[in-house]
Amino acid sequence: MSSFSVTEPTKRSKWFAGTLVITYALITMIPLAWIMLTGFKSPSDAISYPPKVFFEPTLEGYVNLFTTRTRQTDEFLAANPPENWYEEIVRQYDMVIAGPSKFGERFLNSVIIGFGSTFLSIFLGTLAAYAFSRFKIPLADDLLFFILSTRMMPPIAVAIPIFLMYRQLGLSDTHLGMILLYTAVNISLAVWLLKGFIDEIPREYEEAALIDGYTRFQAFYKVVLPQAATGIASTAIFCLIFAWNEYAFAVLLTSGTAQTAPPFIPTIIGVGGLDWPAVAAGATIFLLPVMIFTVALRKHLLRGITFGAVRK
Amino acid sequence: MSDTPISRAANATPANVARKIKGLSDRAIAWIFVGPTIFLLLAVNIFPLIWTINLSFTNFRANRLNREVEYVGFRNYERILTDSDIWLNMQATAHFLFWTIFFQVVIGFTLAYLINKKFKGNDLWTTIIVLPMMLSPAVVGNFWKFLYQPQIGLFNYIITFFTGKEPSSFEMLGSVDLAPWSIVIVDTWMWTPFVMLICLAGLRSIPDYIYEAAEVDRASKLRQFFTITIPMILPFLMLAILFRGIENFKMFDLVVQLTGGGPGSTTELTSINLKREAFEKWRTGYASAYAIILFVTVFGLASIYVKALNKVKER
Repeated sequence: MSSFSVTEPTKRSKWFAGTLVITYALITMIPLAWIMLTGFKSPSDAISYPPKVFFEPTLEGYVNLFTTRTRQTDEFLAANPPENWYEEIVRQYDMVIAGPSKFGERFLNSVIIGFGSTFLSIFLGTLAAYAFSRFKIPLADDLLFFILSTRMMPPIAVAIPIFLMYRQLGLSDTHLGMILLYTAVNISLAVWLLKGFIDEIPREYEEAALIDGYTRFQAFYKVVLPQAATGIASTAIFCLIFAWNEYAFAVLLTSGTAQTAPPFIPTIIGVGGLDWPAVAAGATIFLLPVMIFTVALRKHLLRGITFGAVRK
Repeated sequence: MSDTPISRAANATPANVARKIKGLSDRAIAWIFVGPTIFLLLAVNIFPLIWTINLSFTNFRANRLNREVEYVGFRNYERILTDSDIWLNMQATAHFLFWTIFFQVVIGFTLAYLINKKFKGNDLWTTIIVLPMMLSPAVVGNFWKFLYQPQIGLFNYIITFFTGKEPSSFEMLGSVDLAPWSIVIVDTWMWTPFVMLICLAGLRSIPDYIYEAAEVDRASKLRQFFTITIPMILPFLMLAILFRGIENFKMFDLVVQLTGGGPGSTTELTSINLKREAFEKWRTGYASAYAIILFVTVFGLASIYVKALNKVKER
């Protein structure tokens, strides 16, 4: 092909496209930027009108997020001077820190359930995807469609019997129960994505290994798995993001012990209503890992979302 | 797919011989590998679904386990289908579905088309645009509630800044007329990137030579757009609409946090209504019938739609 291409956009249309896209991106960023900004405001700055873009930053929201506080008498406060910077922040309201809040616990639950279910969905999903990709399975297409169709059900439709079933089995409000549930939801995505990735690995690699005397299992984990590593990693991120963000099951099926952060963050109450800086701080901490993943994995996003159907 | 004579011939390579000598047979491995996934889906998806169907014919209440359960036939279904309030919820859901899909397709496709012009730094800006869809809908809904506050919210301030309307003269979440639109705006903000990514994948799958041939034929740019770009991207657009349709039909977390179904029941989408019946009023049997009706609706519409999609693909 010659160096001249009719499909290459002109300079002017590129500039025009760039300006529009950047404008949209900047507008779309405003709500997110506002969340992060509000996390560093004092409660009064957070609710001032007109909204304050410039303000004196404070870590009050973060202190309120991680602690519970109680009011104390003047004598007590005078007798016990603040020992560190976060005590000092709380003192301006004549309060002392009574203990940690539930946020740490809920965040840890998100980590345990998120990573637990991701690990399990990837483990089971890789095995199933490999089998679907390489072996003749009766009714394979129907089975694959069945696996995908489980995602069409509204979570609340299955939540009622799962609620009853978990109560019988002693799984309600447990980490294991939530891990199994999220695995079941994620596995359809995992099988479909991973099948796409494994389909692309040439069969010849394994066949060569088999001829060399490897068993199927050995060929699978010594030859196929390393080849599929990037695909597995990006599928894992998608599963993790789902489990991390899930709300409906978490709010319906857990009440405390195994509750994740999404149902908890909107309930952080301050003096007179929601404590917006603390809510914003919680949201920021919670959203940050996902944002980092997204930026790190931007190359795989496109394939993940289109089930690997499109090759660039 | 794998049953062509060529692939059958390929399977008869010496590798198959080696396979039979060492380790388990392929069939055994296939079942060991697929079995746990199928088992899990049966246990956590299909079994509960069958249970829901069974419950839907009873007057069971999950908060009164000692009460005797009676089978009531199709009474639950009858009551739901003749309840005018539920038809209002269906209408609210349809309204929400129509407008979110409309805006997301229009904006998403436009963005994808522009990004495909390969301007400098488009990778970075694409990543920024994609961020909202990766976040937790519940947390996002909660925070947009803050942005929408009439007295203190940034959203009202910006509208006031551009239109001069009093910020307290319009309450996005409190007004019967505006509340449905407040959800449409947030959902569009959050999910337009998804449609955009699928469109982008579609645009990138169109081979350059088609445009080059059109150029040789002296077809105008506009003509190329309507005779090449649009038909080629149509299956992708339809796929995006399918995914968004299914997801938005189930929409729960965002709306619960944002409006909670209010004011009145103007934003009470079917899934919110369902949650209320099942976990607040504890009418388990009734809610089960409701759930089944919704599932059958989604499944039915999706199946018809997939058939249409396949026809478009075949062209």
